[in-house]
Amino acid sequence: MPVLTCDHVSVRYKVGDFRNIGLKETVMRKLKGCYRVEEFWADRDITFSLERGDMLGIIGTNGAGKSTLLKAVSGIMSPSGGRVEHEGNISALLELASGFDPDLSIRRNAYLRGAMLGYTREFMDEKYEEIIDFAELRSFEDRSFKQLSTGMQSRLAFSIASLVQPDILILDEVLSVGDGAFAKKSEEKMREILRGGATTILVSHSLDQVRELCNKVLWLHQGRQIDFGETGAICDRYQTFLHGEIVL
Amino acid sequence: MLSKHRFLFEELVKRDFDRKYKGSFFGAAWSVLNPLLTLLIMRVVFGHFFGSAIPHFTTYLFCGTVVFNFFAESSSEGLMALISNAPIFTKVNVPKYLFLLSKNMQTLINFAITLSVFFLFCAIDGIVFTWKFLALIYPIIMLLVFNLGVGFLLSALYVFFRDMQYLWAVMTQFLLYVSAVFYSIDTFSDRVRNAFLLNPIYLFIRYSRKVVIDSAIPSPGFHVLMAADTLAVLLLGIWVYRKYDTEFLYYI
Repeated sequence: MPVLTCDHVSVRYKVGDFRNIGLKETVMRKLKGCYRVEEFWADRDITFSLERGDMLGIIGTNGAGKSTLLKAVSGIMSPSGGRVEHEGNISALLELASGFDPDLSIRRNAYLRGAMLGYTREFMDEKYEEIIDFAELRSFEDRSFKQLSTGMQSRLAFSIASLVQPDILILDEVLSVGDGAFAKKSEEKMREILRGGATTILVSHSLDQVRELCNKVLWLHQGRQIDFGETGAICDRYQTFLHGEIVL
Repeated sequence: MLSKHRFLFEELVKRDFDRKYKGSFFGAAWSVLNPLLTLLIMRVVFGHFFGSAIPHFTTYLFCGTVVFNFFAESSSEGLMALISNAPIFTKVNVPKYLFLLSKNMQTLINFAITLSVFFLFCAIDGIVFTWKFLALIYPIIMLLVFNLGVGFLLSALYVFFRDMQYLWAVMTQFLLYVSAVFYSIDTFSDRVRNAFLLNPIYLFIRYSRKVVIDSAIPSPGFHVLMAADTLAVLLLGIWVYRKYDTEFLYYI
């Protein structure tokens, strides 16, 4: 019984239509006779399914449609074609730092971000101290968010996001954050969540990481699905492709 | 639905409130100062022309500005509701309409503050408070729903059509002049006066003046007309919003 199924999922962007270029450009282009709408398929006919506890690595060069696919799977975007079906709650950690308000205090930001991730107020009341301790921001509590360094901001974001034990976890290159010591700590925390049995989708540019963690791999190239299946064989092929030995 | 997102809603309202007054010296006191200063200017400028002909001119004017400002503020904030929160809903799966509800909640709080000042002014102006004031709940609820409908419509259109911001500013200005905020339509011909009934904003203003100044409750037909306008705008807004709901992401 699959936990997550993507059935011929496609996401199409339109480039150069009225809503994209505005009224004036549309009229100008129509007058000049060069008005045309181009369709751009960020993902086309992506089909795969995951069982409970699977770890899927999505690989592919820039512009392969990896991030768009994650948005479709996590429900942020609804696909132009095909269906996504899943069981249980999804936690998507796409860009950790999004949704914070630079002028609010750390506490308010933590609550705001927690609310966005679907936590309850009671849960945040209970976990707030833990978040601050884990992020090692105890002495900065009174500062506003913008007064934190970028590393500190991502530490806070990570600490909030990693509180959950989701059924399905979606990660876009955020296995660890921060400097040396914190990077180690956060990676350990993430591995702990993974060991908890979450079905995970991981986008990574580190092929070693994918080989180590994932039991399945989805290879995308310019929106098309090149392959889906066992990690070893696909990673080998992908590596030869990266070295220019095969051409798609 | 609302209980599930209640926490997020509350945090968004607080955030929007803080954002609005961030860095200003008087802070939330502007919720009171702003309408009062508008009122003062209008009283000085138009009092000369219409002051003697309209009884309780200060209250008359205040009825107009309190209603109009609530509408103008809600619609202009509503316009920005989606775009200003785009960095959030492109990365986190949250119900987007919450951003609009939060903006409207904030303008409602502002409105409530202004309203209490308004009643204070009524007392000073020698207005007699009667049980009929309770009828004001009707236009207030209608206006709130009306604002939501306009917000749904504008926020959706603004995603696709960035000129909307400037068009709406002009439209608001136009509405201010045709809503009889600072003049009376009593001397106009019947045809022109009936034409004013086509303007929903005027209906809200007129209702409040009827109750507050004339101590009368408008006719049932007036209530129906107001409800029809409000419902039409709400349905149009929700229809447009839902039609494009899944496409917002492609254009941000």
